[in-house]
Amino acid sequence: MEKQPVIEMREVTKRFLDVIANNKVNLKLYPGEIVSLLGENGAGKTTLMNVLFGYYQLDGGELLIRGKKAVFTSPGDAIASGIAMIHQHFTLVPSQTVLENVMIGVEGAFFLNKAQAKKKLLAIEDQFGLQLDPDAYVWTLAIGEKQKLEILKSLYREAEILIMDEPTAVLAPTETIELFKTLKTLVSKGKSVIFISHHLQEVMEISDRVIVLRNGENVAERKVSKTTIPELASLMVGRELLERLERGSSNPGKPVMEVSGLRVKNNRGIVAVDGVSLQVREGEVVGVAGVSGNGQTELSEILFGQRFPEEGTIQIYGKSIPGGSPAKIIKTGMARIPEDRIATGLFMDLSVKENMILEKHTSEPISRNGLLNKKEIEEFALHCVKDFQVKTDGIEAPVKSLSGGNLQKVILARELVGNPKVVVACQPTRGLDVGAMEYVHQAMLNEKDRGAGVLLISDDLDEIFLLSDRIVVMYEGKIMGETDIEHANRDTIGLWMSGVAS
Amino acid sequence: MIHMSIIKRKPLPGWVRVVIPVAAVVVTLILAAIPILFAGGNLGKAYYALFYGALGNRFNLLETFVKSSPLILTGLAVAFAFRARFWNIGAEGQLFAGAIMATVVGVAFPGLPAYILVPFVMVSGFLAGGLWAALPAFLKTKWKVDDVVTTLLLNYVMLHIMGSLLFGPLQAPGSSWPISVGIAKAAHYPVLIARSRFHLGIPLAFALVFVIWFINSKTVFGYQAKGVGINIRAAAFGGINTNMVILKTALISGGLAGLAGVGEVCAIQFHLLMDISPGYGYTGIVIAMLGNLHPIGVGLAAFFFSIINVGAQTMSRMAGVPVYISGVIEGVALMVMLIFLLLLEYKIRWKRS
Repeated sequence: MEKQPVIEMREVTKRFLDVIANNKVNLKLYPGEIVSLLGENGAGKTTLMNVLFGYYQLDGGELLIRGKKAVFTSPGDAIASGIAMIHQHFTLVPSQTVLENVMIGVEGAFFLNKAQAKKKLLAIEDQFGLQLDPDAYVWTLAIGEKQKLEILKSLYREAEILIMDEPTAVLAPTETIELFKTLKTLVSKGKSVIFISHHLQEVMEISDRVIVLRNGENVAERKVSKTTIPELASLMVGRELLERLERGSSNPGKPVMEVSGLRVKNNRGIVAVDGVSLQVREGEVVGVAGVSGNGQTELSEILFGQRFPEEGTIQIYGKSIPGGSPAKIIKTGMARIPEDRIATGLFMDLSVKENMILEKHTSEPISRNGLLNKKEIEEFALHCVKDFQVKTDGIEAPVKSLSGGNLQKVILARELVGNPKVVVACQPTRGLDVGAMEYVHQAMLNEKDRGAGVLLISDDLDEIFLLSDRIVVMYEGKIMGETDIEHANRDTIGLWMSGVAS
Repeated sequence: MIHMSIIKRKPLPGWVRVVIPVAAVVVTLILAAIPILFAGGNLGKAYYALFYGALGNRFNLLETFVKSSPLILTGLAVAFAFRARFWNIGAEGQLFAGAIMATVVGVAFPGLPAYILVPFVMVSGFLAGGLWAALPAFLKTKWKVDDVVTTLLLNYVMLHIMGSLLFGPLQAPGSSWPISVGIAKAAHYPVLIARSRFHLGIPLAFALVFVIWFINSKTVFGYQAKGVGINIRAAAFGGINTNMVILKTALISGGLAGLAGVGEVCAIQFHLLMDISPGYGYTGIVIAMLGNLHPIGVGLAAFFFSIINVGAQTMSRMAGVPVYISGVIEGVALMVMLIFLLLLEYKIRWKRS
């Protein structure tokens, strides 16, 4: 006899224009259970939760709450059904007290009854073992305490179901332990939790069941007691090869880029890249694999000149390149394909033409004596658009009118048009459809065949296997292992990705 | 219940951008009819008087040009800064800085000939305004201090610096009012049309519209400033020294506002006084928005505002409508323009549920 699920999502589909973010996804959540939603960035976890929380309306499928069909048109509807969502970034008012933050939105009447609210809050704190001074100001709280407050807020609103979006991403290790204790208490009292993460260790530790999403679809569901970290890792990044490419034989030449001992802290002050050394030679693709969030982003930012390394050196053809200066890196002729093409790579409101000249706008013949040369710019942009088959209404069209694949082609064109010797690409196919993905893959292989050294940083293990001549695996900022493609073994790499040395 | 949602629309054709400001002016005049009727005015008569008062005869037309010069300069100052997302709300203070500097130079060098002293007051006023704007830009680039707050508050700092100078070293001897000595004759802007106040600063302001347009659209710096404004992260990724771009933008922006101050001292008042600006710096913000941050748009918006300002006097006399209607029209114009700009990018959908 099965209990009735508190939430059931049946064949939920959500589209954005022509991109399918969720395709017939199923999810059940039972009372007193923690279900983890596991998947890479862009796998559709957050979209699915936003559908559940009423931010988005679903395009297909249905949603059942306690067995009854429900339609949420706004988060207000979801809250009324006992669902609470706790975002990675808190929604608190720093200048108010804990109690005042809890009361926001549920005052009920014109006059505040603080005494009564305080009583209720203290009762909840006792019941769930979440001690927090109701009169403390929010700006004085540590991050873990702020998260506690977010949980208290939802309990105060009588939430039965908590959606936690990557809650540990902002926490220190001890705070994570504390959070897990809290979550266990919550479910022991009949609440249910959906835990979103791509951190395998935590998922194994906290949840009862794991639902794995990939490319917006269900790929697997496992009881935690019946799975392992390597299995989850390979489920998350996928197994089957989508395409067959002609990969030229590996015949690397002399080293083009050598980095040694790179070390950097991330924006939260935690060491993200911890003594990484790498070598890329002419005519080879080196793939950097790893579960996202293990320092790959920061590594790419150092190489792109966006982040200043605290230790370590970058050499291109034996010449040291000063860190932390995009302009100086550009001068070396490195092609840089950034992870987030919209936020970092492009001026979405500017034209194709203006985006094409970004790295060349200060050099001749694009400009001379501080003046832009319109004719040269147009010729250059037309040449780029043609060579890289960018589908656009012309070089004057704003890039925001292009599709995701064509946005990436604009970047590829800009970066690859001058036949660079080094290509560093970070998640170059993230969020692209299959056609565009193949185009990018082919472009990477073309660069290699031309004799460039390619460093490919990717979460997608298929992509790594498809393109790389050598694979290195990053885990917690360190290189966990390295192998050439002939000796690469998915199980070993899965182990390295989960931090197990072999 | 009826839900309203705002949805992004597909890009509209380019000509819409040109039509929109014109349509905004028309809608503004229609909406402004309501308070005019309320005030008991005859609509036809009021609008006739408004435009006659601003454009109808030689004297009125030239006065409208005189009024437009500081508005063009502060409008350009704000638009140039906003384009690079340097939120310069401080054109008023930068105008004061330029006016003070013009006064100091205009009083201190009475012996210089006009062909040296006039450029001298212009350049020094430009620099004074520019440096006053560079201060908040420096704070923004160095310590991420919010530029909206600093530029706004520095207006009051400069206002009080001006006050202490006018009650102190700059005060005209024997005067008990906060008013300075007159500047040297050679520092006066030459009058270009006889029997009017049409001075050198007016063609200069119009020329600067084209200079700024040229910088924006033809130069490397204009490209970089636009990039910094649209996506500072991508600009930095592309090797642009974003801090330097913001500092230079502030220098030019403040300089333009400073020139407005120079003009008021050297072409209108001929000495410094506390009422040197009726809020030109703040009006510049409205003009920049109304002109959609485009220099030519700013030029037209500034001219529209000076028509309203100058014409309102005549309207008040002939149609018995209070002068304050001009402020109402300016406010309505801004709101209409902002709504139109919103509708340019988004459409509103009503849904019954």
